[in-house]
Amino acid sequence: MPGAERRPARRRRKDMLGLRGVTREEITQILETAARIRAVNRRKVKKVPTLRGRTVVSAFFENSTRTRMSFDLAAKRLSADVLGFSASSSSTRKGETLMDTARNIDAWRPDALIIRHPCAGAPHMLAKAFPWSVINAGDGIHEHPTQALLDMLTMRDHLGELDGKRVAIVGDVLHSRVARSNIFGLRTMGAQVVVAGPGTMCPRKLESLGVEVRHRIDEVVEDVDVIMMLRIQRERLGRAMMTGVAEYAGLYGLDTDRLARARPDVLVMHPGPINRGVEMTPDVADGDRSVVLEQVSNGLAVRMALLYLLLGEESGDARNG
Amino acid sequence: MVDDNNAGRTLGMTAGEVQRTIRRLAIELVERLGDPSSFVLVGVVTGGASLARLLADEIGRVEHCCPTVGSVDITLYRDDLYTGLEKPVLGDTELPFEVGGAGIVLVDDVLFTGRTVRAALEELWDYGRPAWIKLAVLVDRGHRELPIAADFVGRCLATDRSDRVHVHFGDNGGVHIDSTAEAG
Repeated sequence: MPGAERRPARRRRKDMLGLRGVTREEITQILETAARIRAVNRRKVKKVPTLRGRTVVSAFFENSTRTRMSFDLAAKRLSADVLGFSASSSSTRKGETLMDTARNIDAWRPDALIIRHPCAGAPHMLAKAFPWSVINAGDGIHEHPTQALLDMLTMRDHLGELDGKRVAIVGDVLHSRVARSNIFGLRTMGAQVVVAGPGTMCPRKLESLGVEVRHRIDEVVEDVDVIMMLRIQRERLGRAMMTGVAEYAGLYGLDTDRLARARPDVLVMHPGPINRGVEMTPDVADGDRSVVLEQVSNGLAVRMALLYLLLGEESGDARNG
Repeated sequence: MVDDNNAGRTLGMTAGEVQRTIRRLAIELVERLGDPSSFVLVGVVTGGASLARLLADEIGRVEHCCPTVGSVDITLYRDDLYTGLEKPVLGDTELPFEVGGAGIVLVDDVLFTGRTVRAALEELWDYGRPAWIKLAVLVDRGHRELPIAADFVGRCLATDRSDRVHVHFGDNGGVHIDSTAEAG
């Protein structure tokens, strides 16, 4: 096979389970691939034959609409065959274990599994047990790497290199897999991260992740390049976590008054879906500093890039030329 | 220029020969295709894209009218993406004209197996249905694996299947053939 010896024989990454431990070089490669591959989404024929004949299974054991649709669309734009099931309609309702479900999926010889699961570490367990690629679409309160990658791509589009940039993450950082993945990724890329939220959601121990911890949003809005508001996850919170949604909005919500004290070119981000009037007021969510919808389209690009980079094993020795 | 320290490297074309051949190809293109505004040049990233720009400049000098230039990056259309090695870096596809109905000259620096041309044709079809496509290459090194032939050829070079052909444009450029069989 001519030329093969010129290429690095480095083993490619099989899975994307989280951003902890992923190198700066790799994150840069994913973001640059995403920035290029998104041109496909602007074409008349929004499909390339790259993953023709590959099978991608998406298994969502938690409710999700946009992440799941985004992954499905990403796989389809690359010509992969996609099939999915959700916990509500599957045999997990009948008591099947995750490993049994995975063994059944394995019997169909898939090339990749995209999994969202309420238990932290579920994707890691499957990645160890099976030969196909596993992409973590959110595991408990642990990680959600594609969300952080799309956030970083959106920041890069506006700010250039992330080195030295300052990012505020506001809300329930402790229970947010979006925040954790962003913290790992942003720190690796050389950005500074400051988190702000009530003590129950932003405990001091978060400092061990290399971030600054504040307890008032007003302490962080003024000198940052990005304000990332986290969704208040009512489904994950016990009653004791906060006194009330209205009080939270008053103390930690982003409104025009607070935004007016931020840098004029600050980026306002939110992983969606937005609780309007809670994390941010409608005029901020729809305002000119909000890049929420860019995040959604970059999500598609990042997921296409990951599928392109992760999928593939030996299937012939044909060379281009 | 020739690197004498590398025993496996031979000179296929000098920088001057490359420049003269580009000049001849440019004249041949307008001789056979007519008015430069009636066709477009689409270079295959990266070598073909450079050649397409040089051909357009040369046509502009002769005809005082430049054809439109575009580029295709065929990475997402390759047939060898699953070799288990590092994935190739993506480039840009830029087609600043309506592909449907266009007369397209596909440009590449080296024609080898023909697989790149196949991929480029497939990609162009995803943008529209061209009126016609012709193929122009600087070097035809043989060893075709598909029924593909160039309409405009700069130079045919005899190579071994395992050789690597490098094309560099500009004053210090040229075409070099690295023979892996002899190296080391």
